[in-house]
Amino acid sequence: MNSEYLLRKIFHSAITLFIVLIINYFLFRIMPGDPVSMIMRNPNANPSMLAQVKSLYGFDKPQLVQFAVYLRELVKGNFGMSFFYRQPVIDVIGSRLFATLVLAFAAEIVAIFLGILLGKIAAVRRGEPVDAAILGFSLVTYAMPTFWLGIVFIAFFCVHLGLFPTVGMYTSGVTFAGFADKAVDLAKHLFLPAVTLAVVIVGGYSMIMRSSLLDVLSEDYITTARAKGLSRRDVINRHAVPNARLPIITIIAINLGFMIAGALQVETVFSWPGIGRLMYEALKARDYPLLQGIFLIVSFCVILANFAADIMYGYLDPRIRY
Amino acid sequence: MENAKKLALHRKRKQFVEALFRSKMSLVGLAILVFFVLLAFVGPLLYDYDHQEYGAGEMLEPPSKAFLLGTDDLGRDVLGELIHGAKTSLIVGVLATLISMVIGTVVGISSGYFGGRIDAFLMRVTDAFLVLPWLPLMLVLAALLGSSLWNIVVVIGVTSWAGTARLARAQTLSVKERQFVERARSIGAGHVYIMRKKILPNVFPLIFSNTVLVSAVAILSETTLSFLGMGDVLRPSWGMMLHYAFEAGAVSVGAYWFFVPPGVCIILLVLGFAFLGHSFDEILNPALRRR
Repeated sequence: MNSEYLLRKIFHSAITLFIVLIINYFLFRIMPGDPVSMIMRNPNANPSMLAQVKSLYGFDKPQLVQFAVYLRELVKGNFGMSFFYRQPVIDVIGSRLFATLVLAFAAEIVAIFLGILLGKIAAVRRGEPVDAAILGFSLVTYAMPTFWLGIVFIAFFCVHLGLFPTVGMYTSGVTFAGFADKAVDLAKHLFLPAVTLAVVIVGGYSMIMRSSLLDVLSEDYITTARAKGLSRRDVINRHAVPNARLPIITIIAINLGFMIAGALQVETVFSWPGIGRLMYEALKARDYPLLQGIFLIVSFCVILANFAADIMYGYLDPRIRY
Repeated sequence: MENAKKLALHRKRKQFVEALFRSKMSLVGLAILVFFVLLAFVGPLLYDYDHQEYGAGEMLEPPSKAFLLGTDDLGRDVLGELIHGAKTSLIVGVLATLISMVIGTVVGISSGYFGGRIDAFLMRVTDAFLVLPWLPLMLVLAALLGSSLWNIVVVIGVTSWAGTARLARAQTLSVKERQFVERARSIGAGHVYIMRKKILPNVFPLIFSNTVLVSAVAILSETTLSFLGMGDVLRPSWGMMLHYAFEAGAVSVGAYWFFVPPGVCIILLVLGFAFLGHSFDEILNPALRRR
């Protein structure tokens, strides 16, 4: 990998980040109801008080200066105060991060494993009914709203069959005897949300894996392996699959936006105490600083993941040279 | 000359329609869309339903002769709500897609046509919109604009154009070097004229098939935004139905008739758009041959 490629990728990521910051800064200032007008609802307020309040909040300074101050505070980790929680936004988000990571990680592992498996089956049995069935499954899950799948799962598995708890991450009001007890309880709560999220993203993975494997299978070195007399199973499992898996890495990063959208819906439906549910609550409470903070952090993660995927892909596939 | 051109165009169109009817996928897609368009625009004329009429039946009454799909949490007829909701979902989907198509086409063609710094700038913005997590972005925009039908249309439109722009740019790059563009330029045609009259007609077929696919995403987005409480309270849509079903606890009492039908309708409609879009793509885009 050459340094020019690296530099260009860094530059592109920085620009995307800058656009996010601009959206975040200016959009939230265009909206009606700034802090000054909220304070100035007091009937005894006079113009000099208005000026005083404005200078107190720095609203009398030019927009660019305000933007610079905003950036400086962000770098220091000051994302403002949540209207609803009356705590620093960064702390509120931090307390919810773990739950989202657990959910996303579990779903991602299930989805990658199943995606590679299904894609392999579809490619090997190309044109057969199994292939068509896997395609059909991918199409239907693509067309399905994530939250709806969650609702149907809750109604069927939790309410109708009573197999899983419906709400939250742990059973509330219970003191766990030990770590093992707590883990079992977490697993029970995690299972259905993770499966919902995995089902929604697995279709895409399997389609990518299928077409990537078909690509690889038509390459010369596969013919060579066959000519050497290797069994079909060995050719596919040892020669084709390792290379065909490569695009999945980029897809995971590119799909991150999709994953986040899915997690947001799944968390909302299952009351999973993560960032997604937090965003839903912030929307309901019209907690703008919190909303802004979540959007910024989530965007930052996505940009970082895309950057990492670019670098990793350039590293794993030596043919990539820009 | 004019006649020959018209004849060629006519033949092209005929070929397109024939190819469309040959493909099973496009027929299924077309049938689904026709069904839902009829449901949305003719259905309300034939099926009597008033969205403001609460308590027509009991709360969350299971399906019966009087209410084929049961009633919702306010005792309204679910079937009637479903039929009236179809219109909202379709309108939002189509209008949002139009906005997205216009932005994407203008950005893509200008980017490809002018090249250089304009291209670099526009493509960085496009990349940013491709990378940004779309649902949080939509939610933030919707929260700031306030929830109304038109705001939802705008929010979906301005967040979903990036893919179209990339496509339009790529196609423009391959078209702009062709002779007829050179010819137009040599007789003194302006930039806007060339882009509109020479490049757009050649780029449009691909954009169009892409647009049909964007509609599918737009409808899903409307549903999701409505479900998360950003929808228009005054207009029934499938997303709003699911929102109320969830908020009213229809899920925990197992009132399947309330939340399963809207979901199934959404899946079918999105699949209809996806099928049609893919078949358009296959017919119009020779580079894309299915395996």
